[in-house]
Amino acid sequence: MTMQSETDFTEFVTFTIAGQIFGLPIGRVQDVFKPMRMTRVPLAGADIAGVLNLRGRIVTAIDMRNRLDAKKREVGEPSMAIGIENKGESFGLMVDGVGEVLKLADTEREPNPVNLDRKLAALSAGVYRLEGQLLVVLDIDRVLDLRGEAVAA
Amino acid sequence: MDDLLQEFLTETNESLDRVDAELVRFEQDPNNSQILGNIFRLVHTIKGTCGFLGLPRLETLAHAAENLMGKFRDGMPVTSEAVTLILITIDRIKTILDAIEVAESEPAGDDGDLIEQLTAMTEAEGAVRERLENVAVSPPLAPHPEQAAPPLAVRDRDVVDKGPPDASTAERSEDERERVSSHSIRVNVETLDHLMTTVSELVLTRNQLLEIVRRHEDSDFKVPLQRLSNVTAELQEGVMKTRMQPIGNAWQKLPRIVRDLSAELGKQIELEMTGADTELDRQVLELVKDPLTHLVRNCADHGIESAAERIAAGKSQKGTIRLSACHEGGHIIIEIADDGRGLDVARIRAKAIEQGLLSEAEMESKSEAEICNLIFTAGFSTASRITSISGRGVGMDVVRANMEQIGGTVELKSAHGSGTAFTIKIPLTLAIVSALIVEAAGERFAIPQLSVLELVRAGSGGEHRIERIKETPVLRLRNKLLPLINLREILQLGGNEIDNGFVVVTQVGNQIFGIVVDGVLHTEEIVIKPMSSKLRHIGAFSGTTILGDGTVIMIVDPNGVAQALGRAAQVARADEARSDDGSGANDEAMTSLLVFRAGSQQPKAVLLSLVSRLEEIDCRRIEMSDGRHLVQYRDQLMPLLRIDTHTALKQDGAQPILVFSDHGRSMGLVVDEIVDIVEQRLDIEVTSEQPGILGYAVIKGSATEIVDIGHFLPQAFSDWFRWRDKRTMPRARRVLLVDDSAFFRDLLAPLIKAAGYQVVAVASAAQALAAVKSGPPVDIVVTDIEMPDMDGFALAAALRDIPATAAVPVIGLSAMISAEAVERGRDVGFHDFVAKFDRTGLIAAIKEQSGDLHQAA
Repeated sequence: MTMQSETDFTEFVTFTIAGQIFGLPIGRVQDVFKPMRMTRVPLAGADIAGVLNLRGRIVTAIDMRNRLDAKKREVGEPSMAIGIENKGESFGLMVDGVGEVLKLADTEREPNPVNLDRKLAALSAGVYRLEGQLLVVLDIDRVLDLRGEAVAA
Repeated sequence: MDDLLQEFLTETNESLDRVDAELVRFEQDPNNSQILGNIFRLVHTIKGTCGFLGLPRLETLAHAAENLMGKFRDGMPVTSEAVTLILITIDRIKTILDAIEVAESEPAGDDGDLIEQLTAMTEAEGAVRERLENVAVSPPLAPHPEQAAPPLAVRDRDVVDKGPPDASTAERSEDERERVSSHSIRVNVETLDHLMTTVSELVLTRNQLLEIVRRHEDSDFKVPLQRLSNVTAELQEGVMKTRMQPIGNAWQKLPRIVRDLSAELGKQIELEMTGADTELDRQVLELVKDPLTHLVRNCADHGIESAAERIAAGKSQKGTIRLSACHEGGHIIIEIADDGRGLDVARIRAKAIEQGLLSEAEMESKSEAEICNLIFTAGFSTASRITSISGRGVGMDVVRANMEQIGGTVELKSAHGSGTAFTIKIPLTLAIVSALIVEAAGERFAIPQLSVLELVRAGSGGEHRIERIKETPVLRLRNKLLPLINLREILQLGGNEIDNGFVVVTQVGNQIFGIVVDGVLHTEEIVIKPMSSKLRHIGAFSGTTILGDGTVIMIVDPNGVAQALGRAAQVARADEARSDDGSGANDEAMTSLLVFRAGSQQPKAVLLSLVSRLEEIDCRRIEMSDGRHLVQYRDQLMPLLRIDTHTALKQDGAQPILVFSDHGRSMGLVVDEIVDIVEQRLDIEVTSEQPGILGYAVIKGSATEIVDIGHFLPQAFSDWFRWRDKRTMPRARRVLLVDDSAFFRDLLAPLIKAAGYQVVAVASAAQALAAVKSGPPVDIVVTDIEMPDMDGFALAAALRDIPATAAVPVIGLSAMISAEAVERGRDVGFHDFVAKFDRTGLIAAIKEQSGDLHQAA
């Protein structure tokens, strides 16, 4: 029995936000959809992109660019949403584009490099070194722990 | 918890509630074998299940109760004691069930006491019969409990267990209800909610399809789609229905409660229930259960008299509590009425005064209905003794609060000697509400219609115009200043605020205010969806909903808006504002003040209710004549006055002025800027010697000069007063002004003076009596009604008793004028009543009274 065969693999849905590749374990992802007819929520924090109707469910869309302090999305720039469920509620992470599903070995996951952008590190549950790129595994609980919530409450 | 045990608990609790109700019915109608059969079966089932689940304590107890009931079936007389004993047993079973629910096992304990009593009662009958459980078809009972002979014919065919007794034709109709219940199944609420969501989605998809087909005139889809559309609508309605439950579910415990109360209080009370099948949303049902129980308890405890009292009052000795429910529009109306003694207005009044809710003087101006409504005030209870029935800490205030929480209302009607009736009006469902879809800054929002009073179109050309008091927009609606708040502003939507729009007049509690929106699109029945936890902190919204076209919109929470509006929202009550009479810091002692600057940086204020209008006048329109500033205003020349010589008129642009009107004449007070409208208790802390300034008060943290408008009126109208005085006043008559509030003395004295009278102002009734006894004769007395120690009524009566003043007209001043107060005033010799803020009315009344005197003299 070698170490290799014992290794468990995780499938990741990958997506890009402001040029960076991210991944979420496929089990956490409900669906991937194109956000349409988003309603802006006045008085909500900047991290909330709005709310939308996805097959009768009301989805709260999180502006991931804002969440990562990246440059604001231009009007007309394409966007996709990663649908997730958390504590009985539906959320949609607004991302720039969705890539392929990658099957990655758990043993290859590394802790955050020390020089990782502070903002990224705060939402990261580890990284994978892909060919020439770094894939950041999103920590969904931390993504949904919005600062604005505590401030405005 | 074990699923089986859980199921048992739910089912048994429900069964026990039914047993409760059935037993009470049975006690009243001991010959109804059908009811007995039902009870017997329920208890038998409990016993059986307990044995199966290994709950020996419950099993033994149920068995003992079952034995006793078996006796009833065999013809043992049904006594009240026996029924009580069974009810106690059921209570004990419930206690044990509760313990099981917590601990998941039977609690330790001994029921020997009860079992012993049950057995004793079972055996007391003497003849112990066997094979009780084999008797399935209930033998009819003797017509009178006293004649206890068991009918033999029935006992002869006792061997076979026939199962549910609906085999007998005679029992079929009675048993229908039972059969229905056996045809129903238990469904998880979550499943229903999920179904509801799915149906909503179906509706949306259907709408989209309809839209597509509409664009293709001759589509083959048309007919099948129409079918789909109808089916969808039916499905939607059906799913909605699954959430509805008959209100009777909330009433189930009431017969037992009333029975126990009758026994405890020694009264005879009958509970009549109609409309138990009226359906409402299960969520609402849960919320009305406790308030209803409380109201019924109240009727039994306070409303219904003892049998002796009732006979003495010429009523039947049995009191009745009527409970009824029906649908009316989108609401359910529940009425709880008793034919008892009615509310004791005198006692409520005394109690309210004793508890410091209202002063005696304030009471005077209250109508009987208003006094009755005091029972809804927090902490109020008239029960002279705390019984175990009422006085449990749940007050009528909680009942009202609970109802208001779900958008309902409670009304009270009481007639002395003939009863009290509470009418509760609540929305059928909380999940679906009718909402106004409005637009602000290009976005749509829903405002629940429950809190919307009316819609007013506001525009520069129309009847209603949005005025602006510095930052606060207001709308003058039927002589009330309605504070407004723009939805754009609350929601920080940006964009230019426009004064052309719609005002959604909204009521929250007793606050009335207007929400300004750009447009009102339509009304729609919306399904309320809870807000995302990430958005719940936003007070302005109460939820989200999906519109017919599939878009998600936010539901505006009127409560949140009211909070955002803050203190300004109370401006609507400015017209009802009371004087500062020191009767405690209740809202009614608040005064609305308009704060402005003129001449100096120090803020100045006037009573908002004195101001008729706020205007900005083009400086070019201001004319000078005879050293005075005048402006053409509403086809009249209006004099413009300055507070002091430091106030300069603007040279160009718009000059803000406060317009005060009196007798169709108006004067404008020139100000530099209008700062704010504040609502607060007015305490003039330092009085002023400076003419035109009553004194100083702290308003919003800064010392503010309170301006005496009475000082300026004669300046503006001096010629007019002189002209009128010459005609009507041969000599200056003396007016005695009695008011405990310095503010009103200082406000009214100059006003009366300006009308050409001599004024003697005193602060109390005692001082007034001293003044008429020792001072020069008085021609007219103007007195405040609400005063400490001796009120206006007492003063008027005292003046009647002094020969010198017996014929002097007395005019009452009151913040609130009720028909009763006027009547009472007439009795003690008041000649007229004037509202405190009605300056025109006061002068007119003085003129009229002195005129009468003049003619008579």
